[in-house]
Amino acid sequence: MLDWAFVSRYAPFFVTGAEMTLFISVFGIALAILTGLVCAAIETARIPVLRQIVRVYIEVSRNTPLLVQLYFLYFGLPKLGFVWSAEMCAIIGLGFLGGSYMSEAMRAGLEAVPQIQRENAYMLGLSSRQTMLHVVIPQAISTSIPGVVANVIFLIKESSVVSAIALADVMYMAKDLIGMYYTTYEALFLLIVTYLIILLPISIIGTWLERRFDYAKR
Amino acid sequence: MQSANILLQPGVMPRLLQGLWVTIWLAAVSVALSVPVGLVTGWLMTLRNPVIRVIMRIYLDFIRIMPQLALLFIAFYGLARAWDWNLDATGACVFVFVLWGGAELGDLVRGALESIPAIQYESSYMLGLSNWQTFTHVILPQAVRRLLPASVNLATRIVKTTSLATLLGVVEVIKVGQQIIDAHRFDYPAGTLWVYGVIFAMYFVVCWPLSMAARYLEKRWANE
Repeated sequence: MLDWAFVSRYAPFFVTGAEMTLFISVFGIALAILTGLVCAAIETARIPVLRQIVRVYIEVSRNTPLLVQLYFLYFGLPKLGFVWSAEMCAIIGLGFLGGSYMSEAMRAGLEAVPQIQRENAYMLGLSSRQTMLHVVIPQAISTSIPGVVANVIFLIKESSVVSAIALADVMYMAKDLIGMYYTTYEALFLLIVTYLIILLPISIIGTWLERRFDYAKR
Repeated sequence: MQSANILLQPGVMPRLLQGLWVTIWLAAVSVALSVPVGLVTGWLMTLRNPVIRVIMRIYLDFIRIMPQLALLFIAFYGLARAWDWNLDATGACVFVFVLWGGAELGDLVRGALESIPAIQYESSYMLGLSNWQTFTHVILPQAVRRLLPASVNLATRIVKTTSLATLLGVVEVIKVGQQIIDAHRFDYPAGTLWVYGVIFAMYFVVCWPLSMAARYLEKRWANE
């Protein structure tokens, strides 16, 4: 059914596409984690003004689609003088979208640490910095890791949208092959396989981490 | 700021609103069809039959791991060739959103059903309620409270995902925006900023109340 000669001839296309997908995802996710950390810290520390700004950012980022965010960054903002390359837009877009999701996952982890842990730490004479560093954060990390990994998978999937601003990722390659040679089955087969190769290992690691940390809590 | 006048040109805002209506309609149909699919899927997931279990597992995992855009491509380009099923772009979108929404909702239904302790069933039977009465009067009211907040969130996600329909050529709000931008390419070259800005705001205005409603329901029913 599949033309295997065609599949093997064009498989390298999808390797190139996967490199672009991973390039955008890795930097986008790094930016998202950074943004998430800052936002979660601001919300936990209850810094006035900044906290309201973070709230607005989270609501805006969670309630708009990535495609519209990308179009705004890539086509809209240059009119104000901010001209970025497509790669830059994709990374910023992914970071903007992911930042709110990461922040929520991390904040949930921080809030899940019972108050009594802090009280006990103070009682034992730890400073608030020591309490945070040695008592609260280690526990918060183990609670928030499953959420963070789920967000990582979500963001890699979302990165498929960057083909819309002419970045040659996996999606783009599939569309290209269908458009050029009408090799629908082969292109879709390669598309599915490439995404499975990228996402399955992360998904399995995610499930494993979840189980591991679930065990640690019991 | 002169370029903001593009929004005041005759027909621009009405057309954008029409586009938004297409987006909402697409999302509403997808959500409405996802509900029965999700209920059946969720019920199938709670069955002990190993064959059904494996099939449901693969269905859910495949839908979850593939990007929605990839699913749209598979439906739009693949199905037409495989079964001569000539879905138009809108049809392919609804098809994929229902498959996806149904799988996600099914998992929520499964979670809600399984979270009800066995003692609830046992007590109802002991009180003489039939299977059906137990389900409609005891299990369902409790399951819905666990289900509804997450389902409203899922609806928000479906609204956001409908934006991908534009990449298959459905004329919804983003496509209308692009048409307006192209039509005013020469008199308002900087109109892009404003048109995409308005579309950005439109999505927010639709999705934000849904998110708030989900949060409200979650809080309200959390302590009961």
